[in-house]
Amino acid sequence: MTLAVERTTRASRFGAGAAVLLVAGLVALPWTGDAGLMRVVIEFIALLVLAQMWNLLAGYAGLVSIGQQAYLGLGGYALIVLADDLGVNPFLAVPLAGLVAAGLALPTAALVFRFRDAYFAVGTWAVAEVYRLLIANTGALGRGTGRTLKAVFPLARETREQVTYAIAVVVGVAAIVAVYLYLRSRLGLGLMAVRDSESASESLGVDVFRTKLAVYLLAAFGTGTTGALIYLNLLRISPDAAFSINWTAYTIFIVVIGGIGTLEGPIVGTVVFFLLRELLADHGSWYMILLGALAVLAMMRYPQGLWGLVAERWDLRFFPVQRRVRLDEPPPA
Amino acid sequence: MTLLRVRELSAFYGDFQALFGISLDVAEGETVAVIGANGAGKTTFLRALAGALPVPESAVAFDGRPVGGRPSPALVDLGLVLVPEGRKIFPSLSVRENLLVGAYRARPGPWTIERVYRLFPILGERREQPGTNLSGGEQQMLAIGRGLMANPRLLLVDEISLGLAPLVVKNLYRALEAVKAEGTTLLVVEQDVSQVLAVAQRVYCFRKGAVALEGAPARLTRERISAAYFGT
Amino acid sequence: MAWLDTIVQGILLGGLYALFATGLSLTFGVMRLVNLAHGDFSILAAFIAVVAVQTLGLNPLLALALVVPVMAAVGYGLQRLVLNRLLGRGILPAVLVTFGLSIVIQNGLLEAFSADSRRLNPGGIETASLPLGGGLAVGWFPLLTFAVAVLLLVGLQILIGRSAVGRAFRATSDDGGTAALMGIDNDRLYALAMALSLAVVAIAGIFLGIRTTFTFSSGPDRLLFAFEAVIIGGLGSLWGTLVGGVILGVAQTTGARVSPGWGVLTGHLVFLAVLLLRPSGLFAKSRRVD
Repeated sequence: MTLAVERTTRASRFGAGAAVLLVAGLVALPWTGDAGLMRVVIEFIALLVLAQMWNLLAGYAGLVSIGQQAYLGLGGYALIVLADDLGVNPFLAVPLAGLVAAGLALPTAALVFRFRDAYFAVGTWAVAEVYRLLIANTGALGRGTGRTLKAVFPLARETREQVTYAIAVVVGVAAIVAVYLYLRSRLGLGLMAVRDSESASESLGVDVFRTKLAVYLLAAFGTGTTGALIYLNLLRISPDAAFSINWTAYTIFIVVIGGIGTLEGPIVGTVVFFLLRELLADHGSWYMILLGALAVLAMMRYPQGLWGLVAERWDLRFFPVQRRVRLDEPPPA
Repeated sequence: MTLLRVRELSAFYGDFQALFGISLDVAEGETVAVIGANGAGKTTFLRALAGALPVPESAVAFDGRPVGGRPSPALVDLGLVLVPEGRKIFPSLSVRENLLVGAYRARPGPWTIERVYRLFPILGERREQPGTNLSGGEQQMLAIGRGLMANPRLLLVDEISLGLAPLVVKNLYRALEAVKAEGTTLLVVEQDVSQVLAVAQRVYCFRKGAVALEGAPARLTRERISAAYFGT
Repeated sequence: MAWLDTIVQGILLGGLYALFATGLSLTFGVMRLVNLAHGDFSILAAFIAVVAVQTLGLNPLLALALVVPVMAAVGYGLQRLVLNRLLGRGILPAVLVTFGLSIVIQNGLLEAFSADSRRLNPGGIETASLPLGGGLAVGWFPLLTFAVAVLLLVGLQILIGRSAVGRAFRATSDDGGTAALMGIDNDRLYALAMALSLAVVAIAGIFLGIRTTFTFSSGPDRLLFAFEAVIIGGLGSLWGTLVGGVILGVAQTTGARVSPGWGVLTGHLVFLAVLLLRPSGLFAKSRRVD
């Protein structure tokens, strides 16, 4: 009997095929000229990436942050400053804004990593509030009323929308591919070890602090880039909107309902989120109440989330991040 | 009269089986010892009896009643009290308060805080100090005293000699004699075999989660005990 | 003189913050639980008081007699039915469930009461002031709030330090497993702690509602300030919570005096400074640093 360690499964081969088709579809969409649908896709991608980032932090690194909106807002404001004040090409400024957010995440981490567990969560939120208030008190950043992205004005509206859409697709695909590759790598293995047991992985030589810091910075980059993307799309930013805890509420609900600690979960969760929003569009805050109640229910009874239920039932893995052991029968003598 | 009757008690930590069908009796007023090497399941056994682990209802009978799986508060009310391994003194509480917590269920009986101070004078002297300021031996006295405050009918005592000097252990066992004299039934778990054989009427030896030997100390030879203990 | 007035106001504001912080300190001390909906519960209490005032014509301070037991019962039920099931599963479930509750409560209040800001009116006491001489005057109500905070802290200190329940709280906080062996029913004890926590935060919410206007979304800021007060003062110390509240209050009033938009921000910055320089807080029991 021989052992073989493998990663792909039939489902993952199917998943890879489906993903290629999906991306092809996304790329083709602008040719239909449906600007409304393009906007929905941009929003979907933005929430999906935010969810993947939060999932990476909480589901894999064990860092439960309720302050990620800080990096979203910082990314958005960085976009405005880079594009309007510093003359950087606004589309190029999107990933650069992500870098700014990641840069600010470093000193932030120095502060919040002093906390553990629930106090870490509230600490990250306190920091987000500090960023919000600092910006709301800064004249050059528009104070409480905020600012408008002017660098894109010279462009025709259709062109701007299409380029924004293209960036969104690139960001979305890149984020998922990046997270997938990271988790498949040795670094990812170390990360999952840390999630399962910090002390055990430390004794095996995994640098727990470095691992968590790396993930935190990566998530800040992803979140910041997404923030820039969001405001490239919306064109108008204000501190209360950009640093609103609602962003975190959406991402947490998406991840919890979809399935924390999996790559597929946030995708499922984002779909559910959009469906619920469409269904309850005319009922104001009931959709948030329902979302919150579902998340509470999921956390209590179904912590593996919707995708977790499906995956357990049918042993599906579209993104094969684990390694499986396969026992082979020896060839007949 | 049998106070404690254990039949086919198996216990698990998740998927890991720690106890394999333990059967054991303790008569009222007796002192029974459970000995065995590290990892033999002795502490698991006591914790299972005290309600810290899930246990089938019929596996444990106390005073004729099936009590398996009942939560600790119910067991303490019946007079089944555990002095846990490692003392487990509460650091936020003073010596006096640690003792008072032992009486949380307010079971009636002869043991009061004054009597505990008489049994262990050092506790009286240090009553307002934080419980963990005491030395190892003193903390063990405090742990025993705390157990006594519940006025137990059956006192389960887990490894009181652990980490303590022989003289201190001798004193502790002398205190246990006073407890015995009160009529309290004792089930004592120990690694230090010689000390406990002197006070027990009967001894069980555990190995790998099962009973490997049982009998009165006088009738068991050193060789038999050693064989059961180590499995040679 | 104006500065002295600012500082006095900050101190008294600290009393209110201590009221908010006490419940948080209690539940964390006993069961390592941070209730992210803590602030929202205080606002819920304030809205219940609004209803009581409107339907029963009660003075808001009298409404306390109704609202506090209701909130205590809510806390007891919440812990026993929902939160007790999450303990022992790590911090993620408790954080996420209470966060979800926070969002549900806020949106529920929005649906029920709209986004209008409200205020509780006790009939004049909130504007009355007590002259202290030298041109300095303090409001009666902030003084009352501070006095209530001190009284509650004294009461809690006595409860925790001298009663069997208090010993049970401390024992459970030290070592829940061994406390259970002594016959302490953790389930009920935690529920009691949460009931106390929400009872105190209900008082805080009503006092807040008298002092200033509030809306459905006022909850999260209360949680944040409560959290900051606890951290500044140090975990595990009830009086530390009062000091933490006072320091936060003074920071906020001082900052606001320099520039109106800087009040809350100054509080946050002081909090972060304490975190940097003395992460365990100013009066923490050295045993527990978290």
